[in-house]
Amino acid sequence: MTEKEKKKKAARTPMPEQAPEVRRRNFLEVPTGYTEEMAVAEAQRCLQCKNPGCVKGCPVNVDIPGFIKLIAERNFTEAIRHIWSTNSLPAVCGRVCPQENQCEGLCVLGKKGDPVAIGNLERFAADWEREHGTGALPPKQPSTGKRVAVVGSGPSGLTVAGDLIAKGHDVTVFEAFHKAGGVLVYGIPEFRLPKAIVANEVNFLERLGVKVECNAVVGRTVSLDELFEEGYDAIYLGVGAGLPRFMNIPGENLIGILSANEYLTRANLMKAYKFPEVDTPIPHGKNVVVLGAGNVAMDSARTAMRLGADSVRIVYRRSRAEMPARAAEIHHAEEEGIEFFLLTTPTRYLGNEKGRLTGMECLKMELGEPDASGRRRPVPIDGSEFQIECDLCIVAVGSGANPLLTSSTEGLKLNKWGYIIADEETGKTTKKGVWAGGDIVTGAATVILAMGAGRKAADSIHKYLTFGW
Amino acid sequence: MFKIIRREEMSQGNVILNEIEAPKIAAKAKPGQFVILKANEEGERIPLTMADTDPAKGTITIIYMVVGKSTALFKSLKVGDGFQDVIGPLGKPTHIEKVGTVVCVGGGTGVAVLYPITRAMKQAGNRVVAIIGSRSKDLLIMEDMMRAASDELIVCTDDGSYGHHGFVTDQLKVVMEREKVDQAVCIGPVPMMKFCSKLTKEYDVPTLVSLNPIMVDGTGMCGGCRVTVGGQTKFGCVDGPEFDGHQVDYDELMMRLQAYCEDEKRCYERFRTLHAAG
Ligand SMILES: Cc1cc2nc3c(=O)[nH]c(=O)nc-3n(C[C@H](O)[C@H](O)[C@H](O)COP(=O)(O)OP(=O)(O)OC[C@H]3O[C@@H](n4cnc5c(N)ncnc54)[C@H](O)[C@@H]3O)c2cc1C
Ligand SMILES: Cc1cc2nc3c(=O)[nH]c(=O)nc-3n(C[C@H](O)[C@H](O)[C@H](O)COP(=O)(O)OP(=O)(O)OC[C@H]3O[C@@H](n4cnc5c(N)ncnc54)[C@H](O)[C@@H]3O)c2cc1C
Ligand code: SF4
Ligand code: FES
Repeated sequence: MTEKEKKKKAARTPMPEQAPEVRRRNFLEVPTGYTEEMAVAEAQRCLQCKNPGCVKGCPVNVDIPGFIKLIAERNFTEAIRHIWSTNSLPAVCGRVCPQENQCEGLCVLGKKGDPVAIGNLERFAADWEREHGTGALPPKQPSTGKRVAVVGSGPSGLTVAGDLIAKGHDVTVFEAFHKAGGVLVYGIPEFRLPKAIVANEVNFLERLGVKVECNAVVGRTVSLDELFEEGYDAIYLGVGAGLPRFMNIPGENLIGILSANEYLTRANLMKAYKFPEVDTPIPHGKNVVVLGAGNVAMDSARTAMRLGADSVRIVYRRSRAEMPARAAEIHHAEEEGIEFFLLTTPTRYLGNEKGRLTGMECLKMELGEPDASGRRRPVPIDGSEFQIECDLCIVAVGSGANPLLTSSTEGLKLNKWGYIIADEETGKTTKKGVWAGGDIVTGAATVILAMGAGRKAADSIHKYLTFGW
Repeated sequence: MFKIIRREEMSQGNVILNEIEAPKIAAKAKPGQFVILKANEEGERIPLTMADTDPAKGTITIIYMVVGKSTALFKSLKVGDGFQDVIGPLGKPTHIEKVGTVVCVGGGTGVAVLYPITRAMKQAGNRVVAIIGSRSKDLLIMEDMMRAASDELIVCTDDGSYGHHGFVTDQLKVVMEREKVDQAVCIGPVPMMKFCSKLTKEYDVPTLVSLNPIMVDGTGMCGGCRVTVGGQTKFGCVDGPEFDGHQVDYDELMMRLQAYCEDEKRCYERFRTLHAAG
């Protein structure tokens, strides 16, 4: 057997995980991470392709074979620095990117067998650095004296801040919440992305000189024009898609119906799963229904299970093939005992005399002709009504553009859904000196796309600060 | 940290006033707007209206009734202590306009919320009649401030221990009977706002109320603060907190305020036990 054939034969190194029956009742991280030996073994599977598919699948073009080679050579210190040159949040991306649709989806080994576990290796490199690294900061250009305001501390804002501080600009991040990190702290649960890791990333930026100002609701505490008056030369808007969508069906204001934003914010940002050690409560449902089937729905369902539910059901109007969540999350949810009611849509909520939710009425659906998204449109089956008993319902059917900032800002053009119009290549908006990117431009998307938009905007802002608009 | 520079107890220690250093918020705040405060790392985000602001000094003033764990925790903070987080100004400011005669009705700590609005209504050139009430004399707050902010102040107590004997609604009726009222502003416990609005509707007087649904972020991001107004769902924090009193579904609001009552009791009990133990 040649070296290459041997590699093709070697099985993908599985990620060690907490057992489903244990983890479904705790908030500790589910995958526990590769050991050095596992990482090296997995890295050795990589064929070091001359024209690698994986890199094409990566929205920020991480040099994947490059960093994997360094891991295979046990040069972990260099491996992480190699990743940093294109991706400033590898500990996050390694955990939450939909690798199966990106890098791993295009890995040649995936054609016949299992692709290289690129996400696991990326996570390993970042975790190794956090645990064993020198903590040495990357080099920084001399100060330019230019000031940049970044609004929103999600992945796109953090990327802009990291890129521009390295180029010598003075960067301040303004965040509405009392803690920085965006969806990474308020949305994605501890068991998938430990908050200490996000805090570590933010702290890293602060050590580089980025100022982080929390409790600053831009549009209310301070306006964009006031930021310019205060002497900021450029502003980046990375405010995310923070507007919860509801079903608009009867009974939606009963007690026990929460948007996923509210439920997850209580659980993650406010740490309500520790109540009463912390002061913020969260409803503990016995029979829980989650509406929707994206990552947000999976996170809500798995959180409800961890809070002690007897049953947790995902109700989704399309079929399994259309579920938008990462494959790993769906798999983990099923292992933890979450049930799926597919091709089902709720029509109304049922409540008792105290205004509390007791159940919901649903309709069965069947798949019809493809719709605008190319997915087959679900159509209700007449007379298929049935009831589900539940005392807690989490609505995770998507989110929209929050108008708080955009409606109070002159000169910022929005599209018909309220998202900010920004140039795809540069992130420039219609307002001079203002850039935007991430979910507030694209609508709810992914961490890596938000970071990619941040990187492009940072390049454009740097050009502007050097040469003009 | 947002430092407390002044602290007063009112209403037998059930109502606390804190003047807090928050220059950015003080510079922007308008009557009717609120802040969200969090005392410490484990704390809950609690919405409270700004009863006063001093942009020159860079301070805001909050007045709150001690009703549960978080407000009891706030009460335990002394001058020189501070809140870890204060966020604002949030919510829409009150629409202040010269309309003629305005009646401002306040019940309980609603008077604190009402005070800056009353003052602004008078400054805008309105004739302002204020009616404030409480269960008994000891529980009445801000009488002098309200007197100074209005053209006429009517005080009432449920038990008759001070001022008129009876509810604020009785006095509201008296005023509407005796003169033409162009606008009413009613702020207090939900049932009080409900009955005031019912009454003003009979007299066809446009009425503003300030709602206090349970909130988390205060920026329109969670929807926990949903209220039904005119048959439509609104977010209290960004569409309000003030709404047309004749359109609000008060019964739903009262129900939703009970969402966490068991948990809240448990949390408050625990705090009292720990606090008593030192
Ligand atoms: C529960 C959940 C799970 C997810 N899981 C995944 C996953 O597994 N993989 C993946 O790739 N993607 C996932 N996503 C999507 C991903 O998190 C988002 O696409 C990404 O975070 C968008 O980044 P952003 O920087 O544009 O905005 P956000 O992360 O939303 O951050 C925006 C920040 O701006 C702040 N802000 C808003 N308005 C203002 C204002 N006026 N002033 C100041 N600050 C303001 C907000 O408080 C927030 O902190 C998930 C999303 C959710 C909600
Ligand atoms: C916009 C707004 C302005 C307000 N202004 C004032 C004010 O100026 N002075 C004042 O005394 N009170 C005000 N309130 C009410 C105040 O926020 C609550 O009394 C406080 O949150 C109670 O917290 P607790 O932990 O002490 O009591 P808990 O034991 O938690 O609750 C007691 C009651 O307060 C309500 N409540 C609990 N949590 C919240 C929350 N996060 N948000 C809103 N209500 C809650 C519930 O109905 C509950 O039954 C305002 C509320 C809102 C929404
Ligand atoms: S496509 Fe797969 S095998 Fe090829 S370089 Fe990328 S990770 Fe390695
Ligand atoms: S408090 Fe969250 S939307 Fe109003």
